[in-house]
Amino acid sequence: MGDIFHLTGAHIDILREIGNIGAGNAATALSTLLNKKIEMAVPRVQIATFAEMMELIGGPEQVVACVYLRIEGEAPGNMFFVLPPEQAERFVRQMTGDDSFSFQGEAHELGCSALQELGNILAGSYLSALADFTQLALQPSVPALALDMIGAVLSFGLLELSRAGDYAILIDTAIYDGRRPNESIDGHFFLLPDPESFSTIFRALGVDSG
Amino acid sequence: MSTIQTVKVGIAEMEVVAAPAVIRTCGLGSCVGVVIYDSGKAVAGMAHVMLPHSSMARGGVVNAAKYADTAVEALCKLVIAAGGRKGMLKAKLAGGAQMFSFSSAGGDMMHIGARNVEEVKRQLERLHVPVVAEDVGGHSGRTIEFNPQTGVLSIRKASQEIKEI
Repeated sequence: MGDIFHLTGAHIDILREIGNIGAGNAATALSTLLNKKIEMAVPRVQIATFAEMMELIGGPEQVVACVYLRIEGEAPGNMFFVLPPEQAERFVRQMTGDDSFSFQGEAHELGCSALQELGNILAGSYLSALADFTQLALQPSVPALALDMIGAVLSFGLLELSRAGDYAILIDTAIYDGRRPNESIDGHFFLLPDPESFSTIFRALGVDSG
Repeated sequence: MSTIQTVKVGIAEMEVVAAPAVIRTCGLGSCVGVVIYDSGKAVAGMAHVMLPHSSMARGGVVNAAKYADTAVEALCKLVIAAGGRKGMLKAKLAGGAQMFSFSSAGGDMMHIGARNVEEVKRQLERLHVPVVAEDVGGHSGRTIEFNPQTGVLSIRKASQEIKEI
C-alpha cells in the first residue's frame, strides 16, 4: 500500500464524485420514501487528524441519531447516516404514522427498527450506486443504530484507519429539505473507506493511486 | 474571578495539566480515557486511547497516545516531568463502551472497548500505578473531566446526570 494520504486534486475529485453519486441516489430514495423534495450539498472530502475531524463535524459531544453499517466486499469501509435526534423522531413519525413517537418514550423499539430500516434503505442505495460506478462488489452489513455522542459513534469508524496512520479521509455529504434549506432535515452521510480501499477505488476508476 | 483553564485532549492525543487547570476529553466510545495523577502535587495527565496494542499499527511511526500499551507509559513520564512523583501516582479511567451491538460486522473491532480497558489496566499494573476508580464498559459514550486539585473525575453520558468518581 502506498501512502494514501498523498492525494492529488484528481483523487479528491474522484472521492467527491463518489459522495455525489452515492448520496444522490440515497437522497432520491429518501425523497420517494417521504414524498418530499430532498436536496444535497456538494460533498466535502475532509482529510484531517481524528481530533480535527471531530471538530469539523460539529464537536464530539453533539448527540446524534446514527445508523452505522460496515461495507464488505472489494473496497471495505464504514458508513454512517447521522441526523439530529429530533429529526430522527420526525422521520419515524412520518414513516410509522405514530405521531407520539419519541426516543424517550416507553415503547420505542418499533421506532428504532423503522429508523434502522431507513438507514438500511439509504445505505443500500448509496452503496449500489457506488458499486455501479466503480464496478466493485460491495455489500452492506446489517445496520446498527445508536443515539449518542457523535465522537463516541464515529470513532468506531476510525479504528481501522487508525492502524495505518493518524489521519482520516472522510467523504461527507449533507442532505436537506429542498424547500426549507435551513430547517427540517439536516442529515449527513459519512463514508470512511478502509486504508487499502482507496487504491482499489482509484484503480477501478482508472486513476493511478500514486 | 479568573476563568479556570480547561485543556482539551483530542482522540488519540494526550496532555498534562497542573491545578487550577482541569483536563477534559469528549465523546469516548470504545476509546478509553485514562488519567494518571499525583494529588499531592496537583498534576494530572490524560490520554484518549483508541486501540489496545501498538502491534496493531501497520508500519510507520507509532503515535504513543493512540495505543494503550504505549500511552500509559508515556503518560506516566509526562506526569513525572510535570512534577508528579513516581510511587505517588494513581489512575482513574473511563470509557471502553461497546457502541454497536450487532455481531455481523466490525469483526474483532466489536469488542475493542473491553480490550482497551484490559490493556490499560495491565500497563498500569506493570508500572505499579493503582486504579482508584473506574467507569468502564456499557453501551454509552462518555465525556470526562478531571480536576487535579480535587482528584475528582466527572463523567457525563448523553442522557444521564453527571457522575463523579
